[in-house]
Parts: sequence; structure tokens; C-alpha cells
Amino acid sequence: MKKSMRYIKRTLLFLTAITCLLTGFTPETTHAFTPQVIQKGATGDDVIELQSRLQYIGFYNGPIDGVFSWRTYWALRNFQYENKLKVDGLAGFTTKKKLADQTKFDYGWVHKQIRKGNKFTTYGGVPKEKQVKKSKGKTGAGAKAAPAKQGAKGKSAKPGAKAAVKVRTPKQGSNIPDGYSQNDINLMANAVYGESRGEKYIGQVAVAAVIINRVENSEFPNTVSGVIFEPGAFTAVADGQIYLTPNEKAKKAVMDALNGWDPTGEALYYFNPDTATSGWIWTRPQIKKIGKHIYTK
Amino acid sequence: MIRNALIALLVIAVAGTGYWGYKQQQEKNAIRIQSENNYQRAFHDLNFNLDALHDKIGETLAMNSKRQISPTLAQVWRLTSEAHNNVGQLPLGLLPFNKTEDFLTKMGDFSYRVSLRDLEKKPLTDKEYKTLKDLYANSTGIQDELRRTEAVASKKDIRWTDVELALSKKDQPQDNTIIDGFKTVDKASQGYAETDFGPEVASMHNAKKRNLTKLEGRYITKEEAKKQAIKFFQLKKNVKITVKETGKGSQYRAYSLTMYNPDTKATTYMDITKKGGYPLWVLQDRKVGAQKISLNKAQKEAVSFLNMHMKSKMEVVSANQYDNIAVFNFVSTKQGVRIYPDMISIKVALDNGDIMGYQGTDFLTSHYDRKIPAAKITEKQARAKLNPKFKVMEKHMAIIKNDIKQEVYCYEFLGVLGDETYIIYISAQNGDEEQVKKLREGQPDYASM
Repeated sequence: MKKSMRYIKRTLLFLTAITCLLTGFTPETTHAFTPQVIQKGATGDDVIELQSRLQYIGFYNGPIDGVFSWRTYWALRNFQYENKLKVDGLAGFTTKKKLADQTKFDYGWVHKQIRKGNKFTTYGGVPKEKQVKKSKGKTGAGAKAAPAKQGAKGKSAKPGAKAAVKVRTPKQGSNIPDGYSQNDINLMANAVYGESRGEKYIGQVAVAAVIINRVENSEFPNTVSGVIFEPGAFTAVADGQIYLTPNEKAKKAVMDALNGWDPTGEALYYFNPDTATSGWIWTRPQIKKIGKHIYTK
Repeated sequence: MIRNALIALLVIAVAGTGYWGYKQQQEKNAIRIQSENNYQRAFHDLNFNLDALHDKIGETLAMNSKRQISPTLAQVWRLTSEAHNNVGQLPLGLLPFNKTEDFLTKMGDFSYRVSLRDLEKKPLTDKEYKTLKDLYANSTGIQDELRRTEAVASKKDIRWTDVELALSKKDQPQDNTIIDGFKTVDKASQGYAETDFGPEVASMHNAKKRNLTKLEGRYITKEEAKKQAIKFFQLKKNVKITVKETGKGSQYRAYSLTMYNPDTKATTYMDITKKGGYPLWVLQDRKVGAQKISLNKAQKEAVSFLNMHMKSKMEVVSANQYDNIAVFNFVSTKQGVRIYPDMISIKVALDNGDIMGYQGTDFLTSHYDRKIPAAKITEKQARAKLNPKFKVMEKHMAIIKNDIKQEVYCYEFLGVLGDETYIIYISAQNGDEEQVKKLREGQPDYASM
């Protein structure tokens, strides 16, 4: 009799312990990933969560920038290996669930740090205050980057984690085509916008492609800035239109050209037949006309 | 009284305007002098570079010890690169001056390749010695002409800014010394294009001269091109298509198509080869909304698109998300070997998973039924060639183009060293380390930090 009483007591204790554990965890897992399968090369909030969670259990020690880069990839594979999951570097349903079960993720806190431009980590067991290195700027530059409209929305809501969910977090990092830098992209976008903002999209990709063709050609300077600022090479450089602020369309055109699209058929020159001043340019073998420009070898 | 006051006011106004004008003039002059100074520096530096270049090449000819030749050729390489840089800063954009730049680049490539070689094991060949001799003679010509131009320009006090102004205004400049001098130099360089820089340099620069001769099939008409496009995209009848032929100067004889789809408000551009009717590239212009599908899902769309259109087996080698756009690179595979020169890129919109772009030029110009050679080196031997600190995570077999643009059969090792990820290619033929590439992490957005 006594024995069975003890047995029942034990089971009860055990059960309560389990329920405690379960209930203790459930609030943390309410915010866990969207249903997408996250793979290398992806960007966005799910990647931020993935990196934070992997860091929580010490698999990832890189920056939490929302770019599924190589470091994130190896961290995820190590996690899969340690947990006897299929090691494929894909964050699918089982992997995400296993990860969410083992880690905590404070969405509001993480995104607040990113918006403030703070450097931070999310290691488990370390007090949050110790994981943040505040940025030196008066207000985080990241917060400035968020549109003002959304800032106003945030004000009316209660301050804290829940309110932050609505505010878009500014981008921390991005994928850049191999061999180029963000500054190359900006510079090219300026040149493309200054040279051809009246052109259709395809005409802008074409101008960007000519810049890249020149960089790769032995008869021209071998850097983006060298090609663009070669005196007399582009009219937008000569008359200062290159310093206008480019729009999104020009930036997209540059990205397409950097990713390998070349509508010009490997052209090295182009000119506007209505305004061309140099007679020499007419002697170049012509490839095709896109918009107002004739593209030549 | 009033008259006197008016006169006084007018005098002040006139004096003020005069002073303002004078200030403006001064500012304008200052800016002009500044750009003149930049041009002068580039021009005189260029002359200095070519003097030094000429001397260094001369020295290599006189040298006998191999230990000396390598560093001297390394200096030639550095000087050609500096000279090239200085040419790029002169206002010659409206002058044909490209042959000189081309000559400098090739001379640089040649000296770089020879200077890297172990000359004890592989000494300069007679042919290379002759190339050096030719280069010496050629650089003498260029040096003379540039020096002459420099001397005359300085004697006649010719300004580069005047030349630039005259060139851009289309009217002939009063004095053609500089322009004529540079035209002569360029003509001379063109003559030197015949110089034999050896097979390595030649293959480096011929890589861009690709063509479509490997394609099968007959030449198609404009109407057939239209039909091909409709089939390629499974278009409906309401799509408006215009077709243009590419000009005589084009590398690839093709039709350029523009298609407007009123349903999706998207304009699609496409080049399709005349021979065989293969699509070279496709690019769609439309507004892309917020991301709704994942990169993973987009990849599946890209794969099924390729399966529909390609006979060759393709494998994805990179996937990148740019906000609401995804770009995937595929290479063809044969017997499990990745053939990197056969590359195809596909762009997918992440709002609805539509294919927005296709780039098949690399594939069309390089693909043929390759024979996969037998590896002369085992995987174990290849691994032994790696840096011992490098931790291999994945291994593939691959055909890549090395730095002189020749195809080599390699072991491809993907792995980490410290926090960084690298891809290392070890030749399966002789165990040479053909290529080491550091792979990119996400690039931080410095503007928002």
C-alpha cells in the first residue's frame, strides 16, 4: 500500500514537472518561423530568427544580419548533424521545430537592437544587457532609415516588443554579385541614371552592361570607377548629371547587368545618333538599337 | 538730390557686379587650372612610366641570371598597370586610343605570367626572348612619340583643357599636336598587335571572342522566331510581339523580340539565335510586389523551367535573394561532373514565382558533348595538396576555366578555414592548385550602420 502511494506520488510529480516544462516553453515557441523552407542565399526575418536561434545554442557566432550566408549554412549543418537530422543545410519543418524547441527567440528585442543599429549577440544564458554594444550615433542610423510613416505608427502603439512587430526592420546586409561591392553598384546606378533615365528598363540594363563589358575588356581601365570616370567616356560624367540621385529602377537594372544579363550583345560603345558629336563613333560596327541608343563594338 | 543718390546707387551696383564677375572668373580659372594640373600629372607620369618600361625591358634582354629576370619582369608588369591607369585619366575618350591600352594590358599579362614561372625549371624560350625583343623595339617607338608630343606641347604651351574643350565641341582645335601625337602612338600600337605574346596570353584574350558555331539547326525566319517565343513562354494570342534583326557588327546573329502582355502589364525582351532558334537571353520588365514565396520554392520553379527547355542535365550551384528577386546559377553536369563554363542564370520574381529572366549565352557558346577524362590523381592525393588547416566539407568533380581561360578537370573542395569559406580546385591531371576562391558572406549595409 505504502509502496503504491509513493509510486503514485512520484508519477504525479513527474507529470507536473513535465507540464511545467511544456507550459514554460510554449510561450517562447509561439513566434517561430514562417512555414517557408529557408535555404542558403535567402534574406529576411526568418534568417534573422535562424541566426539568433543558432547563436543561442552556440552554433553560430557571426553577425545577425538576415543573410543566409556560408557561416549560417555551416552552423545549420552542424546543428543538423548534432541532432541526428538529415544534414542538407535546409531549414525545413523538422529542423525548424527542433531548433525552436531548444532555443528562445525574443523577436521584439532582437529587432529593436537592429533598428537601433546596435551590435548584439543572442547567446543563451547570458544577460541581455551584456550582449548589446550600443552604436555611437545619437539615434541609430538604422532607425533613420525606417520610413517616417511607420515611426508614427509605432508611437501610437504601446512601446515594447509587441508594437515593434509592425515596424519594418531596415536591411542589415545583402547579397552582392561576385566580384563587385555595394559601392560599385551605387556608382553604376548613378552613371546609369545620369546617362539614361529617360530610357526604358532594357535600355538602362544595356548601359550598365556596357560599363561591365569595358571593365572586362583589355582596351579599357579595369575597374568600375576607372571606366566611369575616364574623361570624355560618358556625357553624364562630363556635365555632372552622374551626381543626381538614382531611382530604384536604375539600381535594379544595374543588378541585372551584374548578374550577367547583357542585352547589347557585348557592346563597348553606344551613342545617341541625334546628338553624337564624334564622327569616329559612326565607323564602329553597329550591333543594335535599344531605345535612343545605338550599340556598337 | 535724388539724382545724386541714384547715381551713387548705380555706381555701387556697377562696381558690385564688376566685383562679382571678377570673383566668378577667378573661381572658374582656379577650377580649370586644377583639372589642367590633373591632366598634366597623368600625362607626365605616363611618359615616365613608358621611359621606365623601356629601360626595364631592355635590362631583361641583357640579363643572363634567371634570378634577376623574374623581379625585373614583375616591375614591367607593375609599370604597364600604372601606365594603363594614367592613360585612363587623360581626356582621350573622344579619341581612339584603345589599341595602346590593349597593348599595355597584353604586355602586362605576358610579363606577369613569365615572372611567376620558375625560370630555373622552365627558362625563357627562344620565342619568348623574341617577344621581349619585339616589345623593346615597340616601346621605343611609343616612348619616342610620347616624348616628342610632350616636348612640342610644352614648347607651344598647349593646354589639355583646351584640347578637351575643342574635342567635345566638335570643331578642330587650333593646334593638333597632342591629338596627332596620340593618334600616331595608337596607330603604332595597332601595328604591335601582331606581337606574339604566346599561347597563354592569347587564350586569355580570345575567351571573349566566343561564337555560336557549335549550335545545331538551320536558320530560322522572323515568323519562326515569333513562334519559338510563344512556345518558350506559353504565351496567349493577345501578346504583342515585334521582331528586329541585329546589325552587321554583332557577334551573334540573332533576332531581338519585344513582347507586351496586356494581362500582366509586363514587357519581355528576348534575343533568339538565327541559327537553330535558341534563346540567348530573356529579361522581363514589370513591377514586382512584396515577397510571397520563398527562395526554396523559387528554385523549384527555376528547375522545372529548365527541365522543360533543356536537354542537358543541369545542377544549381548558387542561389541568391535580392529583396523580391531571386537569381540562380546552373551548370550542366555529365557523369556527375559539374561543367562550369556551361552556365545558365535564371531570375525568378518572388511575388508570384514567375520566371523573369534567362541568360543562356555562356551555355550556348561553350556547350558541346565533352569527354570527361580519367583522373590521373586520386582523391586522397588531391586532398594531400590542400592547406592542412583547410577543413573540407564537400567534394565534387568539376571542369573549370583556369586563369588563362583553359578548361581543366579538377577536384572541387568546398570547406572552411577559420570563419571563412573557400572553394579550392585541384587539377585531377597533375595535382596543381588551379584556383582558390574566397566565398562571400552577406555584405553589411554600411550606409545604415
